Amino acid sequence: MSAATGTRDGAPTAPTTPADPGAPSPSGIRFDHVSVAYGGNVVLDDFDLTVGPGEVMALLGPSGSGKTTALRAVAGFVRPCAGRVLIGGRDVTGLPPHRRGIGMVVQQYALFPHLRVEDNVAFGLKARRGRTGSRAETAARVAEALEMSGMAAYARRYPRELSGGQQQRVAIARALAIRPGVLLLDEPLSALDARLRSGMLAELARLHRELPDVSILYVTHDQVEALTLADRIAVMDRARLRDCGTPQDLYRRPRTGFTASFVGNANLLPVTAGPHGTADFAGTRLAVTSADGAAPGASATLCVRPHLVGLGEGPNALHGRVTEVQWRGATHRVYADVSGHRVMADVRELRATPEPGAEVVLHFAAEDAVLLPAGAGSAADE
Amino acid sequence: MLVHSKGARRAVWAVFFVLFLPLFALPLLVVVAASFASTWSGALPSGPTTAHYQDIARGDSLEALVTSLVTAVAASLLALTAGTWAALAAQRLRPRARRVLDGLFVLPVAVPSVVVGLSLLVAFSQPPLLLNGTPQIVVVAHTVLVTAFAYQSVTAALARLDPAYEQSAASLGARPAYVLWRVKLPLLLPSLTAAAGLCFALSMGELSATMMIYPPDWTPLPVRIFATTDRGALFAGAALAVALMAATLLVLLAVSRIRTKASYR
Repeated sequence: MSAATGTRDGAPTAPTTPADPGAPSPSGIRFDHVSVAYGGNVVLDDFDLTVGPGEVMALLGPSGSGKTTALRAVAGFVRPCAGRVLIGGRDVTGLPPHRRGIGMVVQQYALFPHLRVEDNVAFGLKARRGRTGSRAETAARVAEALEMSGMAAYARRYPRELSGGQQQRVAIARALAIRPGVLLLDEPLSALDARLRSGMLAELARLHRELPDVSILYVTHDQVEALTLADRIAVMDRARLRDCGTPQDLYRRPRTGFTASFVGNANLLPVTAGPHGTADFAGTRLAVTSADGAAPGASATLCVRPHLVGLGEGPNALHGRVTEVQWRGATHRVYADVSGHRVMADVRELRATPEPGAEVVLHFAAEDAVLLPAGAGSAADE
Repeated sequence: MLVHSKGARRAVWAVFFVLFLPLFALPLLVVVAASFASTWSGALPSGPTTAHYQDIARGDSLEALVTSLVTAVAASLLALTAGTWAALAAQRLRPRARRVLDGLFVLPVAVPSVVVGLSLLVAFSQPPLLLNGTPQIVVVAHTVLVTAFAYQSVTAALARLDPAYEQSAASLGARPAYVLWRVKLPLLLPSLTAAAGLCFALSMGELSATMMIYPPDWTPLPVRIFATTDRGALFAGAALAVALMAATLLVLLAVSRIRTKASYR
């Protein structure tokens, strides 16, 4: 997979090519300060993001965060009220959807129920015939796309005769048959059950290895899908882009409390920044990792992942009282009250679980505690 | 189930048999009986004969049946085309303009059909659009009367159609016209055939507007039934009514067979 490209700087786009939606050219997507409003209601606010050629970008956010709107702006189903959308360096803001040369898979697949699987997959090729090639070439491409998605044996079936996972594969084959430079996936796994979903995730990763030039914009509210599949994740909330980076980056060094709580679980503790990588939490001085070098005395938010919090004495020890213990199979989650703040710790299954009300000592390493700017912790609890 | 106890269910069936059957089914059965009768002095028609049907097969009643069929087929095809077109266009309108269009199409249904017939007669009795006295004016009148039903049922079907189909097709590179022919219309086919059947049935039975405008050489069957019974030939009229009923039901049956084949889910 390609290296992640910068977010806020110039687009790593190819020189402008003539409009040829049939060509499998590496494309990339660029949102250039895109805003979308319905009536007076702004659903996408000054969205600026670049998806490099061959990159998998996940748009992650809760419902209503504007992620689907961003995808629909690329597809051409909503018209931005400000800004531009570029595909492969070409400004497509004013182009109708059928001239954009994109592949798209939506949540409910939208396979055409009156067409057989092979005709569904051939649809895009037939619709563009004259622009792309002959009947024989269409047949070859349909076979290739069905082969790639593992649905070759079902070519003569109707969509209603397929299971959800199979319909999903056909929808992907249909989108890939036109050899798009850009593939838009709108919550493609949300209609599948958990087991199928993890299988399809692996499938999608394999497909992307086979088609390294296709840029993928993947809309999801599921952090596991985003962490598994994406080269980079763009975190969205309330119509805005909140954070963007590689999955590891966002997980280990979130820049906002919202990112911290949405990408994985997080303890977000209100602290006061101290000198030289320290912070004061409820009268306890803690050693922390400060990325931005918060000014001493400023209030800040401390982010610690629950699975990096241990029980017992250690560095950064916090004394509290157990409020609840949940058994989660391989782990126990211990909820503790530390000076009026809730702290979660995910620890390996305990032999003797502490009773609610018992005294407990929690600790964590300085490099696992990330100091975030104040106000960044305004995100909702999990 | 709304009614659970056995006794209550029996009571409901009793109400159905006592009230609804006599109102809905019996009159039709009596017409069928009358069409085979020569006298009616007792409770039921008597003197069985097939003479009335032989008359139909020989005379210009057959011509009236063909006239009705041609008119109904033409009017429902025109209404379906206009109604579908308008429904597709209305989808893109703003809500206010859409309500105006809805009202416009319902107008001929809201206005008594005698008035529709008279207004067409008055409007098209002068050149340049001189339709008075031609078969076309009957077709036009029927089209005006039934388009509302085509428009409404296609509008309802479009509202149920998931926009994801159209959008997926467009994202695959299909131009709007291609999407219409290859995706939207095929998916609407069940509703289109239902609308066609409804329009056809309504047109086959239309009398009041037709009475105002029909020319002597284009007499639809309902007009003939009215004229026949009006001059006292009740049994001959009943036979014509049965013929009208049978022809309509046969066509509806054929249409519903197309519909079954066209529904995918």
